[in-house]
Amino acid sequence: MTTTPTDLLITGATLADGSRSDLYLSGGLIADPASAPAGVERFDADGLLALPGLVDLHTHLREPGREDAETVDSGTAAAARGGFTCVHAMANTNPVTDTAEAAEYVAGLGQREGHCEVRVVGAITKGLAGEELAELGLMANSGARVRVFSDDGRCVGDSQLMRRALSYVRSFDGVVAQHSQDTQLAGPGACCHESEWSGRLGLPGWPSQAESIIVARDVQLAELTDSRVHVCHVSTAESVDIVRWAKKRGIKVTAEATPHHLLLDTPLVAGYDTTFKVNPPLRTSEHLEAVREALADGTIDIVGTDHAPHARQDKDHPFDVALPGMIGLEQALSVVMEVMVNTGRMDWPTVVERMSSAPARIGQVAGQGRPLAVGEPANLVLVDPSARAVVDRDASRSRSRNNPYHGRELPDPVVMTIWKGAATYRR
Amino acid sequence: MRHLLSCADLDLSTATGILDLAEEMQQVQSRPVKKLPALRGRTIVNIFFEDSTRTRTSFEIAGKWLSADTINVSAKGSSVSKGESLRDTMLTLDAMGVDCFVIRHSSSGAAAQVASWVRAQVVNAGDGQHEHPTQALLDAYAMRQHFRTVGAEGFAGKKIAIVGDLLHSRVVRSNVLLQHTLGGEVVLVAPPTLLPTGVENWGCQISDDLDPVLGEADIVMMLRVQRERMAGGFFPTEREYTARFGLTEERLAAMKPDAAICHPGPMNRGVEISSAAADAANSLVLDQVAAGVAIRMSVLYHLLGSDEGAVH
Repeated sequence: MTTTPTDLLITGATLADGSRSDLYLSGGLIADPASAPAGVERFDADGLLALPGLVDLHTHLREPGREDAETVDSGTAAAARGGFTCVHAMANTNPVTDTAEAAEYVAGLGQREGHCEVRVVGAITKGLAGEELAELGLMANSGARVRVFSDDGRCVGDSQLMRRALSYVRSFDGVVAQHSQDTQLAGPGACCHESEWSGRLGLPGWPSQAESIIVARDVQLAELTDSRVHVCHVSTAESVDIVRWAKKRGIKVTAEATPHHLLLDTPLVAGYDTTFKVNPPLRTSEHLEAVREALADGTIDIVGTDHAPHARQDKDHPFDVALPGMIGLEQALSVVMEVMVNTGRMDWPTVVERMSSAPARIGQVAGQGRPLAVGEPANLVLVDPSARAVVDRDASRSRSRNNPYHGRELPDPVVMTIWKGAATYRR
Repeated sequence: MRHLLSCADLDLSTATGILDLAEEMQQVQSRPVKKLPALRGRTIVNIFFEDSTRTRTSFEIAGKWLSADTINVSAKGSSVSKGESLRDTMLTLDAMGVDCFVIRHSSSGAAAQVASWVRAQVVNAGDGQHEHPTQALLDAYAMRQHFRTVGAEGFAGKKIAIVGDLLHSRVVRSNVLLQHTLGGEVVLVAPPTLLPTGVENWGCQISDDLDPVLGEADIVMMLRVQRERMAGGFFPTEREYTARFGLTEERLAAMKPDAAICHPGPMNRGVEISSAAADAANSLVLDQVAAGVAIRMSVLYHLLGSDEGAVH
């Protein structure tokens, strides 16, 4: 979407560090407030926080292929509603983003339709089949300038192929983002955290070790290749321990937690509501606690939404058959506030680091995740830290309704989102 | 009672009420004219997404003997392959004014999902690896009759051993819940690979050695072990399974004098149960089948026989 930057003087905003500042947005950049002309449009941000626009490293926009579930237009509109100014579109579309042409197509959609910046994630393997490398270098050199590669939704199970992918992306400083799932230990039928709940409900279980075994392998391959690996949606205490060990060792590993793995636990599946079917599955409270602690101490670098819209007909099946995934862009900051900020585990500068600066660094997105300083791009979100609301799935900008927070009272912080100097969401 | 989805839905008085009424229903079966007018004008749809001759037939007979209009729908093959969601399939039938669905599905939780979507009442006739409440009720019925013939009253103090593939069995989950309510003591026997996660919190004794359990059990319930489990690496060979967990002729002789044998069927003779045990005088296998119709009549009457819970 072509946005027209408007000149705007935001007055009295509080920055993440607690200082107060006026912000003058002019020509898509942050300018010196003293230079603002007298008649400029003003926005009173007294009592509001101004944060750099949020960056999501893990978004499913479903276009091309499943435009009934989400489009670049609707998905990025939901992103703007959630305070995001940049998302990374995952490669598991139809066709799969595994060539330069496919990557440029998605990037073009983003430029024309996006309500935020759309960065393209390329597939690691052709067709996500886990057998041959996709054209990683051509995607990197294309107009889409792909830097993040992922078969997300599927795990690269072959250790040799994973090693090759890591080695290969090093030459253009790419990062391999892995969906960690040992598919023998957690096969395609596995649809619930293996626990007392899976046992009682008669649902095939997905043991936490099926994740951490792959994480353990991948951090060692990253060490072997001296390359960067990113662990998508860390959901278990064991994975956290391994990432912590790897970081101590100096391995180039980064890790991500989803909002749902911070807040939602296994017992929610007891009613077989397929809204709560997600992969990796919702874990038990001790795993949630480990993930929260790791996000607070930096073992987990970022929050990634794994926003996974699905059409209703793909969820109205028996639990083991329904598609896994839940949406999360609009409530990501709400959940982080509820679980991490309002409990005193994380301060606002850390929220900025986990949800804006670090994901922009990992994805190598210039112009995102930048401090709110004169000369920087005007990508920011205004936040009311005290606002709360009951989540209504029908009030979503997403095309899908698989919202696991429906009916829950959560913080409702986003007042305005500004991308390249133009408001993409305004309450 | 609006639906019967799980044995957890049954308190002691309801469970006992169903067993007691089933006894009256069974007496009706010895009359020349078996039909009762109780559910005249009610429509029951037996919708089976998975084959099951005995369960479907006994529900059909039960409905007919209660004068309900009973319709069988075979919906084999997943709704996904037909391009229709389970919800759409069920809403379509529900819109025709059905009073009750009896549903069998290969997916755990399907009956509960359907109950949340439709206006009709729902009986779970087996959902995946989750539950099969009417099977547990008919098991309890056959056991109770057996206890009476050996001069005992009720389930208190009775030891019920359930042996076999507990991981994939809906029968065991329903039996454990129902026996907790009725007062029976359940001992679970299986190789460690076929125990459900968290089974240690089910309030049952657990063993991987059948022989010591046999000498103490009042009921020995053998579960079918499916051959495809072997391919899944749950146990090495049929021969080894039979040697360690089968109710062989030798083990039959080691049972307590008044103990009885149950099997929900279909049996793999020579694998989990020997022919000697299946056909033994203390085998309740055919009593279980006979109880099936009476129990299902009782359940249908409990659900549909009063205006409470009725929607049409």
